[in-house]
Amino acid sequence: MLHEPAVQAEKDPAFSYKKRLGVALFAVYALIYAAFIAINVIEPKIMETILPGGLNLAVVYGFGLIVFAFLLALAYSAMCSRREKALEKAGEA
Amino acid sequence: MTEILPVILFILIVSFVLAISFWFARKARSSSGYYAAGGKIHWSVNGIAFAGDYLSAASFLGICGMIATAGYDGFLYSIGYLAGWIVALFIVAEPLKRLGKYTFTDALDARFNAKGIKLMAAISTLVVSLFYLIPQMVGAGVLVTPLLGLPHYAGVIMVGVIVITIVATAGMTSTTYVQFIKGTLLIVFSLILVVALCFRGLSTTPDQGGRVAFREYATMAATESGGKIVPADASYGVVGDVTARNVRLARLEKGGVASWWKVDVSTSGMALHETQSLVTQPDGKRIVNGAPESAANKLALVGNMDSIDGKSGPGVSTGPIDPFRFIALVGSANSSVRLWKELKFADGHDRVSVYYGMPTPGNRIMRPGLSFKVEGTPLERIDFVSLMIALFLGTAALPHILIRYYTVPSAKAARKSTIVAIVAIGSFYVLTLFMGLGAMTSGVVNLSDNNMSAPLLARSFGTFLFSMISAIAFATVLGTVSGLIIAASGAVAHDLMDRYANLIRDDRHKVYVGKVAAFAVGAIAIVLGILFKGMNVSFLVGLAFAVAASANLPSIVMMLFWKRTTSKGISASILVGILASIGLILFSPTMFELYGLDPATAPIPLKNPGIVSIPLSFLTIVVVSLLTKPDRLPDAEELPAAKAKPA
Repeated sequence: MLHEPAVQAEKDPAFSYKKRLGVALFAVYALIYAAFIAINVIEPKIMETILPGGLNLAVVYGFGLIVFAFLLALAYSAMCSRREKALEKAGEA
Repeated sequence: MTEILPVILFILIVSFVLAISFWFARKARSSSGYYAAGGKIHWSVNGIAFAGDYLSAASFLGICGMIATAGYDGFLYSIGYLAGWIVALFIVAEPLKRLGKYTFTDALDARFNAKGIKLMAAISTLVVSLFYLIPQMVGAGVLVTPLLGLPHYAGVIMVGVIVITIVATAGMTSTTYVQFIKGTLLIVFSLILVVALCFRGLSTTPDQGGRVAFREYATMAATESGGKIVPADASYGVVGDVTARNVRLARLEKGGVASWWKVDVSTSGMALHETQSLVTQPDGKRIVNGAPESAANKLALVGNMDSIDGKSGPGVSTGPIDPFRFIALVGSANSSVRLWKELKFADGHDRVSVYYGMPTPGNRIMRPGLSFKVEGTPLERIDFVSLMIALFLGTAALPHILIRYYTVPSAKAARKSTIVAIVAIGSFYVLTLFMGLGAMTSGVVNLSDNNMSAPLLARSFGTFLFSMISAIAFATVLGTVSGLIIAASGAVAHDLMDRYANLIRDDRHKVYVGKVAAFAVGAIAIVLGILFKGMNVSFLVGLAFAVAASANLPSIVMMLFWKRTTSKGISASILVGILASIGLILFSPTMFELYGLDPATAPIPLKNPGIVSIPLSFLTIVVVSLLTKPDRLPDAEELPAAKAKPA
């Protein structure tokens, strides 16, 4: 049973744009994450550096990766929604 | 003796969870209702439910426990787990929602309709779910001991029975709402705990608000004469002198009670430092600090600041401090924290674990390296990189997370719910650093099992907070285990029995088979949870991530981004990913220790397999796809977007 298509069809003209955008933003985050790992294994003592505010680089970088994920996710959503709306309007016109 | 408030709150929360299950049972009569909540969950609810699914025992118990004992190294799990959501959002969320219906196998197979993919992806779902279930069940066992005064196995069995009841009654709808409520409670009460911690501040002699007297560990002078240690206090007699892993220990006896002391020699002479010890005799009898283990004689909880910003001695405290100052003070080069190390060795036929305090500078604690050997041999550094890669790539390959994309009505809702999840999960992970450091410095670390650090930190603020946090943690385990068992049950009923073997008669039969599968998987999880008692749950989840990232992620990514991918390539990649990751784990030093063998003799030197098994899986899909005939249906761009429809 249930060998029909798994989902019901609906056009998504923004799909290619979202795919490209997703890959680009993923690459940006992956690069910063990779730099974090690289510092940790190559010169971990750098992570002890105290930055203005009293926290060390390890904590600021760690929190930064979490907060940067928030910001990238919000930017991605906003850009996707804008493109979806623009394409919907274009389709209606 | 078990207190009554934790028991009452525990029963209330478990009853509430069961009530939700029975309430939603009527929505679970169709396959769509049972496996995907009818595809009608609002994205905001699903986003928090994602957080509920994801913030499992590993996040709450394991990470906090690891930070409490290894400082910043534990926080690396938080960073890696959160980073994984970037992969989920940017790479897999919308395509998977577009292509699938109930399970991630649907999506993987959408362009091929190949039996091999159905079989291998279903097996992978089962394997990953079982690996992920182990730490959840271990966490359940850990929780019930202080909460209800029950042994570890009782907690594991209790979770198994309750979860099987939940899953067998109501499926994905109830699991979603349980996760939503639990995720919210977990974040709110963790925040309360961190606020309370900052109000209390740091102290060199933490006494848990006057509830538990701070215990000082004695140091006494000694001399050495003719190779024999002579304590300054003549009431002690020396009955043993052992050196293990370059640490010298003296076994002293006073009034018929034996104790182990760490021997330090400096320019000012020899000093003996009091330790704690656990001796396991050949007949299984356990001796704690020289006397038989009992409810009244257990290893004492430990952990305190030795000095705060250069000030040491009894009674130095900060009073209320802001959160950033809290971290800055613990991590300052002028502060030091008394961390405890374990030394295991054999003494005749006895197995001895000696725990000794080590003042550790704050700047050493707040950077990587206490647990992960980032300054060790190249192999040890590769092991660390391997873990971080698995954490980054594992999230987007976890079956119980992926099935949640099918509970929302559209690809857009899938994207929005992922963003809510990132915000909720990220906020929680920031809190883990405070909770872990709080436990480390508040005298609440259990030396034989650090998994209880966060609940024990809550207990230092009184029974109510402890009871709530523990009950929420238990609900956390219940929720995550439910999600995992539904994923596994979907793999059996939908992927294997229906799509692969064509043995399902009708929709009701499929739900029935799913419930039987849930029962079987739950039973297996109970057994595994008892066998793996005592291991850090976050470490175990790290292994589950490695298996998921090796088995599933290469095929998902290549299916989405490489047009030459073939069905045989995907099947082979999943198989190689599973075998390589599990094979490497089974022969790793960690498992050798669990087998009771010398970890140094393990044939695979890596503890984390991802750095080998993930590229191997990618390589397999490329090679096998190039060697086999293309059998792919149209590309993503040509495929329509999805709206879930009720089955």
